[in-house]
Amino acid sequence: MDKAQKDLHARYQQMVKEATPQPNRWKNLVMAFITGGVICTIGQLFYNLFEVIEPSRLETTAVTQAAMIALGAIATGLGLYDWLAERGGMGAAIPVTGFSNTVTAAAMEFKREGYILGMGTKMFVIAGPVLVYGILSGFVVSLLRAVLTGSLF
Amino acid sequence: MDYLTAFLAGGAICALAQIIYDNTKLTPAHILVSFTVAGAVLGGFGVYQRFAEFAGAGAIIPVSGFGNSIVMGMLSELERLGWEGLFTGAFEITGLGVTTAIVFGGLMAVLFQPKD
Repeated sequence: MDKAQKDLHARYQQMVKEATPQPNRWKNLVMAFITGGVICTIGQLFYNLFEVIEPSRLETTAVTQAAMIALGAIATGLGLYDWLAERGGMGAAIPVTGFSNTVTAAAMEFKREGYILGMGTKMFVIAGPVLVYGILSGFVVSLLRAVLTGSLF
Repeated sequence: MDYLTAFLAGGAICALAQIIYDNTKLTPAHILVSFTVAGAVLGGFGVYQRFAEFAGAGAIIPVSGFGNSIVMGMLSELERLGWEGLFTGAFEITGLGVTTAIVFGGLMAVLFQPKD
């Protein structure tokens, strides 16, 4: 490569760099914070409601998570969650509503490949790893704790 | 007051995820899995419950709370059944949510067409 070619290459790289849209990190951060915060505030509303009827904290937690998962699925079906995810980024992805969104979106998308081999196999295409690694890591720490406290038998 | 702590704690967890997403090459799936695992591990050491006591839904609603629920189920079943609880407990709390995701996800897929 002679010098002229090198210069051209450098200029081209510079142009590519300028043309590539830079993610607006501060805006993304604020939007994620607000979106995630609002979703959790709605979750708190459910929690406070279910706390009155459910007998234990674990059950209140279970019902609250399930209610938000149902809400996430409905919002996805109506096409509202895409709108939210576009703006909220990780603020829409990280709450369990986002987990639910991946299940419903995959179910809707792959339905066209058939109900068994499309929807059935691909519904958990993203949520599957979440369950697998959640359970694997949970199993390891729970086993460790059981061994240390001697509560295995 | 609990609404404010839920907003701040939940927002902070999502903001942390956004920072990781914007500054690494990780996909959203990687981040979801990492946060779930982090919640499960912190739950196993009892740290996450202490966080949840003050953060409320701000700790329960992010997927890290879902991971924590997996461990809480295992530990409560462990207490009730012994070692079998390690195997039955994963869905003790989360089963409600997982089944809800399948039932509502399937229902939505039947009712609605995806937009292009």
